[in-house]
Amino acid sequence: MSTATKSAAPGVEVGTPLHMYRQMIAIRLFEERANDLYTRALMPGLAHLYIGEEAVAVGICAALRADDYITSTHRGHGHCLAKGAAPHLMFAELLGKEAGYCKGKGGSMHIADPDTGNLGANAIVGGGAALATGAAYASKMLGQNRVAVCFFGEGALGQGILYESMNLAQLWKLPVIYACENNMYNEYTHYSETTAGDVPARAAAFGLPAETIDGQDVRAVHAAASRMVERARRGDGPGFLLLNTYRFRGHHVGDIAREYYRPKTEEQRWMSERDPLALHSAWLVSEGLADKETLDRIQRDVAAELDAAVEFALNAPFPDPQRVDEDVYA
Amino acid sequence: MPDTVVTVRTPEPSAAGVRELTFAEAIREALAEEMRRDPTVVLIGEDVAEAGTPFKVVKGLVEEFGKDRVVDTPISEAGFTGLAVGAAMAGMRPVVDIMFGDFMTLIMDQVVNQAAKIHYMSGGKWKVPMVIRATMGATRRSAAQHSQSLHAWPSHVPGLKVAIPSTPYDAKGLVKTAIRDDNPVVIFEDKISYAKVKGPVPSEEYVIPFGVADVKRQGSDISLVATSSMVQVALGAAAMLEEIGIDAEVVDPRTTWPLDEERLIASVRKTSRCIVIDEGYYRYGVTGEIASVIAEGAFYDLDGPVRRIGARHVPVPFSPPLEDATVPNERDVVDLARQMCNK
Repeated sequence: MSTATKSAAPGVEVGTPLHMYRQMIAIRLFEERANDLYTRALMPGLAHLYIGEEAVAVGICAALRADDYITSTHRGHGHCLAKGAAPHLMFAELLGKEAGYCKGKGGSMHIADPDTGNLGANAIVGGGAALATGAAYASKMLGQNRVAVCFFGEGALGQGILYESMNLAQLWKLPVIYACENNMYNEYTHYSETTAGDVPARAAAFGLPAETIDGQDVRAVHAAASRMVERARRGDGPGFLLLNTYRFRGHHVGDIAREYYRPKTEEQRWMSERDPLALHSAWLVSEGLADKETLDRIQRDVAAELDAAVEFALNAPFPDPQRVDEDVYA
Repeated sequence: MPDTVVTVRTPEPSAAGVRELTFAEAIREALAEEMRRDPTVVLIGEDVAEAGTPFKVVKGLVEEFGKDRVVDTPISEAGFTGLAVGAAMAGMRPVVDIMFGDFMTLIMDQVVNQAAKIHYMSGGKWKVPMVIRATMGATRRSAAQHSQSLHAWPSHVPGLKVAIPSTPYDAKGLVKTAIRDDNPVVIFEDKISYAKVKGPVPSEEYVIPFGVADVKRQGSDISLVATSSMVQVALGAAAMLEEIGIDAEVVDPRTTWPLDEERLIASVRKTSRCIVIDEGYYRYGVTGEIASVIAEGAFYDLDGPVRRIGARHVPVPFSPPLEDATVPNERDVVDLARQMCNK
């Protein structure tokens, strides 16, 4: 089975604005199907949807090489897809199937894939910070010139490990980018209630270049990430990106009644005015890079591919309980 | 390079090529040999370079391997331990130095939620070949936050292996095995033993497999299962017991996980009595687990319950008479053994 993201559709060259559109729509439609599997009680547990934040993962991963590293978060499907993972193996993992990326042992919050440089999603907030820094350290020690990107939400700004990691990265000039996705909510609490002072200044205090970017603008994200990645690859050390974005859905698929922590009007405003897919589509059309028909065709292709991926996962067998003890030790 | 000898028994001190090394010297030799053998092995920790750690265990390694491979870090245990986890995933074999085992508290998320689980969570795709060397042991008058023996903690977590050597020979062989293992391994080294415990170590290269207990003294009346510094205590107690006609066997598991259940049970089936001695806290600790394994495996051969001696269930105090009262000693072992043997 081909993937929605790795191979571009005919006429959609990897790394182009049109390809970034294709990846963003793939994430959006993937997440809608994940939500559907949950509401139909076909998916065990929960999932944290990336809808609304697609431009962040896509813009950053478009600046990376295939062998570069990422660490991801509990809200990790978008990073995983943008780095090139295969949707059918992801859906299989979400459903706890043997065919999944982690043989069903990881689930939504732990998808990892060495083939695409994905060190793994992490369900400890801030859990990827030191790991990405360590991968960057290994890259430097081994002379591989690979860059690591640490994706984390603004909730991780409260974790000490992030600052220990940035300190080490700057001391040792490691090729790692700390990408803070500020979707404005630490679970059910507005970040203004949890975050003192100025966020980029925290990174700047360690000597990291820190840029604040509109996380709904995939081209702006891509441009900033490219600058940081090139700099890191040159040997000039780590960087920090603050990407302002918005979580269109709840903290997880079951978080439906949200009025107690954020007003519907706020959600509606972001969805109608700041949808990264709508913004990018409009730009593609206005620049004459694609017409509506092309975009619709890409969306239909992606949807068909994802439907097949879901079908694959639904039909895949569960793991044999006898295998529960496997993979504890290498 | 010829294959490394895999061996489990301490050599005779008089054998050819055998030197008398301290516990610290044996560990240093293991690290140096592995760093020569494999360029991806690096030492990472506080004051490991020129200082060679406060215990001087790695002194001299920076001169041979340089500051790129013997890496001084900030006082940032969680940061550099987590960095080592990521580095291990990406092709290195880092050896992390945790100066005092008490600082396990600071690295627990990196060890327990990251290093231990990454292989399993990824369905076996990522590996974390790293070593954490931590110290343990009281009686250095260092008080509650620099004296604990917390090896029960990582032993509780699937995905980790835990080595706890008692002799220079074992320490060298187990450190080398740990570095070559593809899993995260935590090694606990007794601080007092570094300079005080000396023993024969062959000059020929060797490794000791994990999960193989070693009988440090043969005996027939009672099994003293002891770990780390408590092996010396058990051997001292065995010598005293011999004078009153009790023939004690001393068995050292050497790794708490994997645990050589078979050898421990076999010893107790032979002697029919057992005391487990460990410097960790008595409650919910290593003695409890080992006693339970032996009780299950040797129940019909036991003359009475398996007994345990561990550190007193108090924070380690500073004042010498108070501190000494918290750590198991030879007298404790002798008294309990006599009672169990009715002598």
